[in-house]
Amino acid sequence: MSDPRLPATFENPGLPPHVHRAADTDPRAAKRAERQVAGLFTLSILSTIGFIVSYFAVKNDTEAFIPFIGTTNLLNVLLGVFLALALLGIGFGAVHWAKTLMPDEEVVEERHPIRSDDESRAKAVGLLEAGAESAQLNRRPLLKATAGTALGLFALPLGVQLAGSLGNPTKALDELKSTIWDVKDGKPIRLVRDVERTPIKAADVSIGAVFHVLPETIKESHHVLEDKAKAAVLLMRLHPNDFAADDLGKKAKSWGYEGIVAYSKICTHVGCPVGLYEQQTHHLLCPCHQSTFDVTRDCEVIFGPAKRPLPQLKITVDAEGYLVAPQGFAEPVGPSYWERKK
Amino acid sequence: MSTASSARAADLRAGDRKSSAPASASAKKVGAAASWVDERTGIAKGASFMLKKVFPDHWSFMLGEVAMYSMIICLLTGVFLSLWFIPSAGQIPYEGSYLPLKGITMSEAYSSTLGISFDVRGGLLIRQIHHWAALMFVVSLSVHMFRVFFTGAFRKPREINWVIGTMLSMLALIEGFAGYSLPDDLLSGTGLRAAEGFIRSVPIIGSYVSYMMFGGAFPGEAIIPRLYAVHVLLLPAVLIGLFTAHIILVMVHKHTQYSGPGRTNENVVGFPLMPVYTAKAGGFFFLVFGLLSLISALVTINPIWAYGPYDPSPVTAGSQPDWYMGFADGALRLLPGWLEFEIFGFTLSLNVFLGAVLLIPVMYTITGAYPFLERWITGDNREHHILDRPRNVPTRTALGVAAITAYLVLMFAAGNDIIAIRLQMSINDITRAFQVLFFVAPILTFWVTRRICLSLQRHDRDKVLHGRESGTLVRTPDGQYYEVHEELNDYDRWKLVGFESPAPLALPSGKDANGVASKDAKKELRRAKWSKFFFASRVEPVTPAELAAAHHHGEHEAIETPAGAGAHAIKQASQD
Repeated sequence: MSDPRLPATFENPGLPPHVHRAADTDPRAAKRAERQVAGLFTLSILSTIGFIVSYFAVKNDTEAFIPFIGTTNLLNVLLGVFLALALLGIGFGAVHWAKTLMPDEEVVEERHPIRSDDESRAKAVGLLEAGAESAQLNRRPLLKATAGTALGLFALPLGVQLAGSLGNPTKALDELKSTIWDVKDGKPIRLVRDVERTPIKAADVSIGAVFHVLPETIKESHHVLEDKAKAAVLLMRLHPNDFAADDLGKKAKSWGYEGIVAYSKICTHVGCPVGLYEQQTHHLLCPCHQSTFDVTRDCEVIFGPAKRPLPQLKITVDAEGYLVAPQGFAEPVGPSYWERKK
Repeated sequence: MSTASSARAADLRAGDRKSSAPASASAKKVGAAASWVDERTGIAKGASFMLKKVFPDHWSFMLGEVAMYSMIICLLTGVFLSLWFIPSAGQIPYEGSYLPLKGITMSEAYSSTLGISFDVRGGLLIRQIHHWAALMFVVSLSVHMFRVFFTGAFRKPREINWVIGTMLSMLALIEGFAGYSLPDDLLSGTGLRAAEGFIRSVPIIGSYVSYMMFGGAFPGEAIIPRLYAVHVLLLPAVLIGLFTAHIILVMVHKHTQYSGPGRTNENVVGFPLMPVYTAKAGGFFFLVFGLLSLISALVTINPIWAYGPYDPSPVTAGSQPDWYMGFADGALRLLPGWLEFEIFGFTLSLNVFLGAVLLIPVMYTITGAYPFLERWITGDNREHHILDRPRNVPTRTALGVAAITAYLVLMFAAGNDIIAIRLQMSINDITRAFQVLFFVAPILTFWVTRRICLSLQRHDRDKVLHGRESGTLVRTPDGQYYEVHEELNDYDRWKLVGFESPAPLALPSGKDANGVASKDAKKELRRAKWSKFFFASRVEPVTPAELAAAHHHGEHEAIETPAGAGAHAIKQASQD
């Protein structure tokens, strides 16, 4: 049935005939377009003036109610809106000008293959070869070898300087392991409230309560944020019967004091503070990636991307009834790292 | 004029050439200044080449422009911010005008950012434009990348530019994260805290690299000034360098164009740089800037004063990074804890390493490699300047949608806590659902997209063969109804038939001429299998013979069944 005279595929019909716009043929339409464009530019001019007036006339802290947005800083709104109108006036004006009055007949430009012609290629290769030849690159292997090595090595001093001076990594392994909970002179360290830094009496911790805790040694710290980043602890009191009956629950209870337990607040996943305690379920939740730890089972991970339980801080009370830590953490706190077990 | 120039000619030394007289009255107007410049640079030759350069017009070509302009706006507002921002982690008591934080100890970085927001007149506006422009930059370059992918604009000769674009996109993420971390507020500081955990997860060198980057224990006072240098000097320099190369290559290649009447692989049809494109593209810069100013005037972004200064102990619920880092954060939420294990006494935390360190480079390597993979499969070594309609390359389109689906699953996973609260659902269920979806959803969307593409192509065929529905119903004398179909004109038809639909390579036996299974023959077999995957589902464009047959078919019916012929013919057609 197919007609042998028909081509195998359709042929490109070429550019369609051009359709003129109103402004091309009707001088009144062109005049209207001109007025519209001029109007937009005028809007821009007026808005620029508005911006400058507001900058000097409106106080920094004036609040105003803006519909749909609420109470907000008036200066910011006025400056922003005037700047926006000044810019949009130019933008819409230019685009409208282009669309209504500038030529809208499409132009055709020819493409040429990107590749250079063979002659140019041969010439470039020839020049390179002649250059290498005249520099005696191949005839003098000693120069080739030494120049190559020198070029290969010259970045090394810069690299060494950079890597060597960024920060001293030799202390990394020791410091990652230690916290300011580590007992130096055999004297247990008191637990103090984060922010107020007052010691905590065991009797003050009622069942269900949560305390954000730091070691008393934070008061002498010269690197408060760095020390805090490792030493932050969360203290909770559970009913002794709430702990699981298995080994994990027993260990948790025995490292605590009458149901009061303290755990590192630094998540074992990537180190966010594990800030959310669910009183009913005794779960600790990290707000960054939702790792969930079960306090009744020694803060074992019950959900989320963390692998390891939060390290427990062994606590007891001193003669005055204040909570103290007789020893530091038994393992590094915070996110895992390659040498953690070493 | 003539007397003046002849008088001056007398002053010339031998061999000096007097400046040539302006060619026309209009050139005279451009005048002495332009002539002065040209005599010292010879710029007129290049300028006239540039000014008549043709750019094709299509709304999707403006996406890259939005990205370009957003970047320029970031650079501009960034210079402003650098005049007031103090990149220091040194701790000082706050003395500014924001009362709720009065007297609180904080870093100079945070304090000076509060200063920009409350004490510098218009500072808040500039800061918000900077942040919104950064977000717009990442959004628009991503959507621009989608446009280039789905239309096949990355094919020869533009593979290098695709790779440059890929690098630009990745650096934009890092640049954004570095800038986001500078104010040293509680939220961004928590982000840095996590970033330190990411670095620690790198096997063998992680703990040392962390100590080097932070200049000791986290947080230290080194990271803020270092990130500042990276954010305002190092990365902008690299971004501008790559961006310049990107634009030069666009000039060299000349812009791609969509298939259409008069448009061929050997021409560019559009508007010249002067005046139309200058007005449109130049005006568009002001539109983007204006829109960003308007948003910044009306919508608060990153209200750092509400978060407080960074402190390693407190944290807010709903901690999330800016949206473009969401997918990596989501990956961290989905990777299960059992991916951390011990090996010869060392700890390997793949649960962190895979999502936080490897994901971004791996994702961008696959993206950058795609043009080369597709070329290997198709074996197509020709230059392509005509863009594909996404439906006409169903497999590529489906692969792209599948990749975007996987990305979106990760991004939504970063909001699993917000979703749980808003929808009153269990966060555990949501997280598990996302874990499953990450593997299942891309396969599903791949399949669905390919089917949709094929259906759209069949619809195009129908339209070419049987015309478009005119909306005019005709009642025949004996009471039957049918809708009149209008045949497409040559120009409209070309848009639907002007493409190629190659058949897959024939499956070879995997053995060479002697019947022996050789390495090369196996490679050919593998390639043919991929070719089958890529091209097997396809719809061919209508040929002139098919169109003639469709016409003939209609007439034939009309002759044979005089009563109700038209209706019958249409019915037949729609069943084909």
